Amino acid sequence: MVGIIDYGAGNLYSVQKALAYLGITSSLVTQAGGLDHVNAVILPGVGAFGEAAHRLEITGLNTGLERWIGENRPFLGICLGMQLLASSSEESPSAQGLGVIQGGCRPVQGTRRIHMGWNRVSHQPDLLFYGIPEKESYFYFVHGYALPAHTEGVIAVSEYGAPFAAAFRAGDLCGVQFHPEKSGKNGLRFLENWRKTWDV
Amino acid sequence: MGCVRVVPCLDVNNGRVVKGVGFQNLKEKGDPLLFARMYEAQGADELVFLDVGATVESRKMTLKVLEEVSSEIFIPLTAGGGIASEEDMRSVLRAGADKVSLCSAALRDPELIRRGAAVFGSQCIVISIDARRVGERWHACTHGGQRDTGIDAIDWGKRCRELGAGEILLNSIDRDGTQAGYDLELIRAMSEAVDIPVIASGGAGTREQLLEGVTRGKADAVLLASLLHDGKLTVKMIKDFFRKKGVDVPC
Repeated sequence: MVGIIDYGAGNLYSVQKALAYLGITSSLVTQAGGLDHVNAVILPGVGAFGEAAHRLEITGLNTGLERWIGENRPFLGICLGMQLLASSSEESPSAQGLGVIQGGCRPVQGTRRIHMGWNRVSHQPDLLFYGIPEKESYFYFVHGYALPAHTEGVIAVSEYGAPFAAAFRAGDLCGVQFHPEKSGKNGLRFLENWRKTWDV
Repeated sequence: MGCVRVVPCLDVNNGRVVKGVGFQNLKEKGDPLLFARMYEAQGADELVFLDVGATVESRKMTLKVLEEVSSEIFIPLTAGGGIASEEDMRSVLRAGADKVSLCSAALRDPELIRRGAAVFGSQCIVISIDARRVGERWHACTHGGQRDTGIDAIDWGKRCRELGAGEILLNSIDRDGTQAGYDLELIRAMSEAVDIPVIASGGAGTREQLLEGVTRGKADAVLLASLLHDGKLTVKMIKDFFRKKGVDVPC
């Protein structure tokens, strides 16, 4: 059972539908207590860093998630959900993230303020990208900020004006800047691979 | 520069795909789910569904279409047509859309853009601008292009960006369905005026013309309907052509 963190912002339906398509059961988690009933967690997210961090705080989900991550239990942050692992973001300088990844998110450096669309993802050999050959490795992105490419634990980078972190992994703690739930067959493959890292 | 997107557009009326010329004379083309499956198989990067029916019943059927498509096709879906409130946005997102496209309602109530972006994020808010050429400039129009608001389309695009729009879907009413080529001046003017992605729509009839929209018009994406629905081109043919011409497109 995957718990999808619902902190009252963003669109969770596409994540739910992609998991359902893959036969992975999921439920929405709206408070820290809900974490007791799930085996893995997805922190999705769209919108602004500060608002999301604030909502995690007022729902008490932040302490629950910090504990979850501290126990090295399966976690996948998607898009803003990956950025929230960082300690801060230039998007909302006064807000604090979960702080599991040292460093801050910075604006993308491309021609547009938002990096929206498919892009090539160069990945290191990792189970998460198993079966996705380099030359077909395209994923869908929608974001204005990202973690730097040189961040420790980065296993995949992409480039929009400048390189940025596309995927992060440290044991069972994973994060992706792209949207696997919207990246067609590659995205489904990625989610299936992720499931295999914990559902053994 | 990210990859250029090729985006099929499905105009839906009462749950069926339709297409007209110059926004008029709608002709039925078929089942949206079958079209969606076909375009996904061809390598479409996103899909846009616009409910062009004016009735509540048609809107409901479009929600059903979104439900069906989003349960089996995992690429970004944009829904538009008659969305006038945050509640409308919520209902199409709940049905499976990832983005909403606003047109007339945003012109009537520009603050709707700000409110939508605050709740759902900028990336979720696409502003569809139906532009009609008036002399050297273009005016934003509503009601399927029939009503001229008198508002300069490029200024409107900039305003939308300031209010928090994440993307602009730019339709040339003059070229829509003509297959006579894009209004490149319009696309370029908008593309240079805003720092959010611009999707070019209306008029492309060949792969060369689509490419021009990207290279000369500086569009971030191309939206297609008739060309694909009629089988004159496939998404794959367009992407292969783009790739051959040095434009980065995903597989």
